[in-house]
This record gives sequence, structure tokens and C-alpha cells, in this order.
Amino acid sequence: MTRTDPLDVPRPHAQLHFGVFFQGVNHWTIWSDPAGGSQIDPANFRRVAQRAERGLFDAFFLGEGLRLREVDGRIHELDVAGRPDAVTQLAALAAVTDRIGLVSTSNTTFNEPADLARRLSGLDLLSAGRAGWNVVTTDNAWTGANFRRGGHLDHADRYRRAEEFLTVARAIWDGWKDGAVSGSPGAPSWSAPDAVRQVRHRGAQFDVDLAPTLPRSPQGHPVIFQAGDSGEGRDFAARNADVIFSAHGNDFDDALAFADDVRRRLRAVGRPEDDLRILPGTEIIIGATEAEALEKKRWIRLQQVTPATALGVAGLLWGLDLSDRDADGPLPKEDPVVAENDGSFGARRVADPREAVAEWRQKAETNGWSLRETVINLGPQRGHVGTPAGLADRFTRYVRHGAVDGFNITPYLIPDGLDDIVDLLVPELQERGVYRTRYTGTTLREHLGLREPRGAREPLGASAERPGAG
Amino acid sequence: MSGPALRLALEIDGDGAHPAAWRRAAHSPDHLLTPRRVAGVAAAAENAGFTLVTLDDGALPPGSAPDVVGRIGAVERAAFLAASTSVVGVAPVVPVTYAEPFHVSGQLASLDHISVGRAGWVVGDEPAPAAARAWGRPLVDGTAARTREAGDGIDVTRALWDSWEDDAVIRSVATSRYLDRDRLHYVDFTGGTYTVKGPAIVPRPPQGQLVVLGRPDAVPAGRLDVALVGGPDLAAVTAAAARAEAPRTFAEVEVALDTPHAAAEDRVADLERHAPWTQRGRLRYTGGATGLIALLAELTGVVDGVRLHPLVLDEDLPVLSRLVIPALVERRLAVRPLPAATLRAHLGLERPANRHAVAVPAAPEETR
Ligand SMILES: Cc1cc2nc3c(=O)[nH]c(=O)nc-3n(C[C@H](O)[C@H](O)[C@H](O)COP(=O)(O)O)c2cc1C
Repeated sequence: MTRTDPLDVPRPHAQLHFGVFFQGVNHWTIWSDPAGGSQIDPANFRRVAQRAERGLFDAFFLGEGLRLREVDGRIHELDVAGRPDAVTQLAALAAVTDRIGLVSTSNTTFNEPADLARRLSGLDLLSAGRAGWNVVTTDNAWTGANFRRGGHLDHADRYRRAEEFLTVARAIWDGWKDGAVSGSPGAPSWSAPDAVRQVRHRGAQFDVDLAPTLPRSPQGHPVIFQAGDSGEGRDFAARNADVIFSAHGNDFDDALAFADDVRRRLRAVGRPEDDLRILPGTEIIIGATEAEALEKKRWIRLQQVTPATALGVAGLLWGLDLSDRDADGPLPKEDPVVAENDGSFGARRVADPREAVAEWRQKAETNGWSLRETVINLGPQRGHVGTPAGLADRFTRYVRHGAVDGFNITPYLIPDGLDDIVDLLVPELQERGVYRTRYTGTTLREHLGLREPRGAREPLGASAERPGAG
Repeated sequence: MSGPALRLALEIDGDGAHPAAWRRAAHSPDHLLTPRRVAGVAAAAENAGFTLVTLDDGALPPGSAPDVVGRIGAVERAAFLAASTSVVGVAPVVPVTYAEPFHVSGQLASLDHISVGRAGWVVGDEPAPAAARAWGRPLVDGTAARTREAGDGIDVTRALWDSWEDDAVIRSVATSRYLDRDRLHYVDFTGGTYTVKGPAIVPRPPQGQLVVLGRPDAVPAGRLDVALVGGPDLAAVTAAAARAEAPRTFAEVEVALDTPHAAAEDRVADLERHAPWTQRGRLRYTGGATGLIALLAELTGVVDGVRLHPLVLDEDLPVLSRLVIPALVERRLAVRPLPAATLRAHLGLERPANRHAVAVPAAPEETR
């Protein structure tokens, strides 16, 4: 591996930030192997978070899905499922970790600002400034069937609601003056007389009037993550987020193009380019040699993509029930059915299945792949495979060229899937000077090198801005 | 004559039961909302021998200026302290007047997983119209409407806890199935004002059903595991306990105790200079440890347990821990919880069968 001249790159001092994404619902978490642990046992959450903290990660991250996934009206059986409420689980982890950020994916359509802002704020205080909120907007009627509002939010309204939600949440978080609560035991009043500002908001989405019940945390308020990929989603991130959790981190050119696009959107809203961290989700497979890594990848993919899962993934693409086909045989002969996505299997699907199927057919034919092998090679989400040194070189290039600020890593095994990354990859990155050797801050905002929260409550002078640590 | 030994619960919200309790707390006001404080009180309660701690909550501030106006959500505090204790039961107050039952059910089920079966739920109530404005929802007006919301909230929450059978995760490598969908159930709940489809997104709690506590006058009959009964004197508590149609009853007892530094009466008088300790129709005891021990002895046989509301946690909890609980335990008037047991077990409640579970078939069924 050649090493780039450390200074001959756009961002010669940029640092990598790692998060760990404990997914809990997907086919990428291997459950069939004896090393695959419980998805609900609190000991496993503790183990992953503490291991990530030992590896000096910025954040531990939980996803959310508010209805069990279904295919054709029947509950999907093949993948891990059944996970704890994110904020609740993270509040527990706050008690058994010291430094790592704790990020909850929480939906703006099926929550109310007073309640969710308070829960996140409580997490932020209990963790002494380590909370994050991944703002998601899933809005389909199928999920709505579990909630009071029921039904459905007009698609165009979901980011509008999210934006108004954030406005109210920020007003709640900034509702207390700094130093509002008395620091001396004999004080005449628990808090300063005008310490708390009532939040009154009347908008298209929310009409609320409340007294916030919590002070600002050591990091001001929770760090905002965003994980939408559409143009609307990216603009939302550019206006509102501190971190964008993308799906563009497995290919350098794709990652760079995404990052450039996001930076363009940031400039357009008048924010400095370094105001937003880009952390794509990825999977990292490590071997002592390239050959060993590839062999490990092969094993992992076979565990992840069982014959039934291959038929399921292909079935989603084709829009047909393929469960009675032979996964080790050829691709289905039929043309794909272009069906409206009702959200019952997550939010993401390819835009045009005909195009994707044509590509699958062509590649399967060229390489002589079975259906299962095609799904393994062309299905969603691939990550990075290599030796510790090779991956460290690659990631150094990614971050120093501004393609990413780091990765949100999905372990393929719970609870021990981070071991290789912490024990083997992190030291290589540290040797290259792209990864911290100790935590220098105590809050998630400090780990990420972010400025004070936007829209901080008056009076916060210009001196409140802290330079980003890169 | 004394009955079976009492189970002891402690309300640990804020600085104590008196609105001005913070003035006598052992810490400055700005320490109240810190992790160290939350964990410290819970550890002290666990070490003292309490079976359960409860945490009050609601959408509105706990008090008004010049008193405490800050409070971390009870579910978050409960999860945090569950991870830093190992024996004591943990029950947050969660009102369902305006909250989403689907979220409440998932949060509480998660708390039971986090605490490995030590969780309870004190069903709360949001009577103030200001709570509706905070939530941005139409006012649920009047006791009858709030009681109906509480009933619906409990029913759908309990249904969601049963929507995963205990053995829904089958990890069948042969058939590539992690779940067995036949062991997952839609709840198809229709209440007075909303519907919920289900199933839950959190697997069934370790206890099957969390211990549900509440005031019998605020919840439709037949829904509670533990009725929290009030009454200004022993006769009233006895009558209320007899009326409560719940498997277990706990008496609510407010306590102000003599400490090595101050007499109970003087402590109360000191705080009354600032704010009144409003009567809420509960037993109230002010005095030395011996008198409280005698009162609690009288309650054995009347109720299954007591929930203590100390005037000032930092002052009364040490007295409870050093003098009251040891004397009760020594005379077998109260029991300390044993390690590695669930809250249900501590309370002598069975782990309920799942409403969907069928008896194990005599002959093996055909496999798919
Ligand atoms: C990497 C990534 C992770 C996501 N994780 C979640 C999740 O855990 N829960 C959820 O409800 N939505 C999740 N989403 C969905 C997004 O929040 C969003 O609803 C979806 O991408 C559609 O928005 P878009 O049209 O802007 O892309 C994720 C999206 C991406 C790209």
C-alpha cells in the first residue's frame, strides 16, 4: 500500500470519527451462528457500548422502526427483530459508560415535541452531555396504525413537520437560562426568578404552550443527526443537522460526490462547510491478509444471505412472491412489477426495478451467478474488506480528501463484532495520525468537534463560538 | 396480631414530599438534575432494603417558583438507575392521558428488559388543562374521561406486552427463520379515542407483564396489580384496602422523622414557613422512628406493603435505613428483597401466562 504524502491532500489534518450502529432489525446481523447473541439482553448493549468506548468511538447509535416489518401483509420472519425503545435503552447505557455519545433514532411524525424533546433532554443530562438525536421522518399510514393520529401524513408534509418539530424542540431546550438553577444551598429560590421561558408555538403542525422542565446540558442540547437521502432530506440536513448519516460510504467517488453535494447545500444556506459531519453507515470486515479478509467476507455473506433471505430480497426487487423458487438456481424469468411502496418493509427501495433487474440479469449471466450469489454480490449495502493496514490507508484517503468524516459501523455480529475494529484497525489509524488516542472532551459535541448549538438562547455573544476540532 | 411481612416502596422524586424539601436537602439545587444524584438516591434506597422505588412524573413542572421547577422524565431516570442497581424494583409514573400508548408500552417493556424483570408502572394522570396544551392535544375533560383514557392505555399496553409470545424468537437455522410469526399477534385494539394495530416492536418483557400500580379511584376496576390506597387514618386505609379490587394493596404513608439533628416537628415547621405541606388524604406520620415502626406494624395484615413519601429524602432516608427498616426486618414485619428475583416475585405475584399461549401440544406438530 502506498501512503499519500500527508500534506498533499485537501484536509491534511482531518480526523476520522467512528460510531457503532446497533441495528437490531435487518438481515446484516448474523443470528444463525453460535456467536450471534441476543438482540434484547441488556448485557449485549452494555458490551457493545463499552467496547466502542474502549475504541474511542464518538457514538453508540440505535435505530428505530415503529412497526414490525411485513411482506405481503405477513410479518417478516427471516431477520433479527425486536429491539428496545432507543431513548430508554440509551438512558441505561448512560449509567455504564463515561464518554461515548448516545444517539437515538426518533421519529418526528409519530411523536410530539414536548414529550420527545424532554426525553432527549433527560438523556442528555443523565449522560452529562452525550445525547444525540437522529431525526427520521417515516410517515406511512401502515406505521401510523400504531398511533393515535393514525393514518398518514401527506408525503410533502413530513419534512415540514420535522422542521417545525425541531424548532419547537430547540425552543424547549433553550428555554432555561444558563445558570438558571441556584448553586448554593441557602438560596431564597430554587431557580432564578425569570429563569424559565414559556414556549408558545402556533404553526401549521403544532400548537403548544408549555413550561420546559430541564436546563441546558453540558453540550447545550442533543446533537442533531439526519438520515434522509432524498434532495429534500439533504436540504433538511443542511439547514438543521450537525451530522448526516448517509448510505454513501462504500465507494470513494460516490462518497465524495455525496459530500460535495452536501457541502454545496450547506453553503447555500450560509453555513460553513465544516459545520456538518458526514458519517456514512458501513460494515467493516478485517482479515490478517487480503485473502483471509475475502474468505471471511464470503462466510459472512453466506450467513447474512440465506437462501430464504435471497428469495426475499429478490422478491422485493421484483415485487413478486419468490419464496417457492430455488435460490441456487437462475434469476426469475418474469419482469418486475412496479408497485407502490407502502412502507411495510422500510423506507428504501430502488427507484426503477426494471433497470436494476436488467443490471442483475446482465451481471449474473456474465459471471454465471445463481440468484443467491447475485443477491450477495449486488444486493443492498456492502462495506469495506481488507487488512488493518490496508483499510487504515483507505480510510485515511477518504477522510483527508473530504469524502467522509468517519463511519457509522454496523457490526455483523452482536456483541463481539467490533473486536477486530477496536483491536486491529484503530491502532493502525492512530499510527497514521487520523484517529484520536484519547478522548479530549467529555461531550458528544466535543468529540465531533462541533460548534455550540445553532440558535442558542440569548444572550450568547459571538464569543460563544468554538472553533471546530476537525 | 400482625399479618404477613410488608413490602416497602419509596417515592424518590425530587428532594422529598414537601414542596420546599429542597431547602433542607444535603446538596445545592443545581445538583438535583445530575446523574450522580439520581444514582445516589436509588443506591441508598436499595441498600436500605426497599423492594421498590417509584418516580413521580408528568408533562408539567413538579412545582412552581420559588420551589423546584425541573424534572428529568421518570422513564429515563428509571432506566438509568436500573442500570446502576441490581435488586430494587423500579417503577416510573407514566400518565397515559395524552401519551402514545404504543410508545409507553415499548418504553416500559424496555425498562423491564434493562432491569431484567424489576420494572413496574405507576399509572399516572394529567388532570391539569395545561398538560393538554403542552402536548398540543384536545383536553381530556373530567375524571370520567381521564379514567377511560387510563383504562384504554392500560388495556392496550398489556395487550402489546402479550403480542410477542415468550418463545417468538425461534432462531430456526433449518428454515432460516429468526421469528415464528404464529407467535406474534396483532392487538387490533379499539379504545374510546384511538386504535392500535400491533404487534409490539419490543419482545415480551421478562416478567411477562410489568407490575401495574395505581390509584383504584383513577383506573377502571380489574386492571391493577397493586392498588395504592390512601386514607387519613388507619380506619380509612383499612376500608380503602378492603374496597380495592387488586391482587395487592399498598398504603400511601407520608413520613417526617426525628433525625439526630432535628425533631420531626421542627423540620416540618421549618419548611411550612415557606410552603404548606398540603394534605392529600394520605396517612401522615410525624415523629420518632419507634412510632413509625409501631404504625407500620399495625398496617401488616391490612395491606401488603407501604409506599413511603419522606418529607426530605436526604434527611429521612438515612433514618429509615438505620433505624426503621432494620427494626421491621428483625421483627419480620417487613422483608428485604432477595437478589436475582423479579419484582413480581418480590410481591408474591405469579408470572402471568401469555393470553395467546396455547398449552404445549401433546404430539409434535407438523413443521413447516
Ligand atoms: C443510512 C440510513 C439509516 C436510516 N435509519 C432509519 C431508522 O433507523 N429508522 C427510520 O425510521 N428511518 C431510517 N432511515 C430513513 C430516513 O430517515 C428517511 O425516512 C428515509 O431515508 C426517506 O427519506 P428520504 O426520502 O429523504 O431519503 C434511514 C435512512 C438512511 C439513509
